[in-house]
Amino acid sequence: MFYGIDLNTRLMLGTAQYPSPEVLRAAISASDAEVITVSLRREGPGGSGFRDILQDSGCRILPNTAGCHTVREAVTTAHMARELFGTPWIKLEVIGHADTLQPDPFALVEAARILCADGFDVFPYTTEDLIVGEKLIEAGCRVLMPWGAPIGSGQGLRNIGGLRAMRAHFPQVPLVIDAGIGAPSQAMQAMEMGFDAVLLNTAVAKAIDPVAMARAFAQAVAAGRLAREAGLMPTRDMAHASTPVFGMAELLA
Amino acid sequence: MRIDLNGASHETAAPTLADLIVETGIEASAVATALNGQFVPCAARASTPLTPGAKVELLAPMQGG
Repeated sequence: MFYGIDLNTRLMLGTAQYPSPEVLRAAISASDAEVITVSLRREGPGGSGFRDILQDSGCRILPNTAGCHTVREAVTTAHMARELFGTPWIKLEVIGHADTLQPDPFALVEAARILCADGFDVFPYTTEDLIVGEKLIEAGCRVLMPWGAPIGSGQGLRNIGGLRAMRAHFPQVPLVIDAGIGAPSQAMQAMEMGFDAVLLNTAVAKAIDPVAMARAFAQAVAAGRLAREAGLMPTRDMAHASTPVFGMAELLA
Repeated sequence: MRIDLNGASHETAAPTLADLIVETGIEASAVATALNGQFVPCAARASTPLTPGAKVELLAPMQGG
């Protein structure tokens, strides 16, 4: 449950960097996503076409505060987004460094506290740091979105052990891997590890065929979730024959 | 008077933020507004006066990740 909303499909898709509005529209459809992320920028030509795509998609809108580096910027952007999109959902990004796009955890927690108190449903873009996660929960967040790797890097899950620890540390909190996913196998791995959803953009938008890649991610996320529910076998150090030895013939060796 | 509209210099006679939006021809519900860096809710636009040098931001939905 994401702030009381149950999602059938667990791929959340970003809407930036697609080669054309038509491809964006088709990719959203192919991804089966029920949640898409958007931003707020200065009004310009072509805005109404994008609004039509959002409306026609039927998806729940998750506006972001991308590009904000301070608490005030992020809080102001969140308020503008809430009015414009008519949703309390906000993907809270407070960026600490322009090169790494790493979240500033101190400003993030402060902005989250302000927004949660003001009735927002905050989806904080954070790291796998457990203490930051706890502070965000204390601030009122009921979802956490740890990064897999830096935004747009396509490196996948860069700190598997840390992410596993986070999953174990917050068993009741919906966790979404946000950012850094480059391939469907990585999204599937996140779902197999028990994460509740995956949010990605560049891996689909910058594929040679974004619509086909959207479909590939949809299948990978669905398969990973099914595998998690099915229960993965434990790994072993040594081999263990799967074919029974009983009934084996005596033949010349 | 001269104001700053979305980062560009703009000459306007609009006395309020609401009047400015009418002047630009943009649908009022299609943008969120800020004046001098602070959010101005839709309902407060008509009672928000513009002064020379005001920095106005009109923000619309845009592609994002």
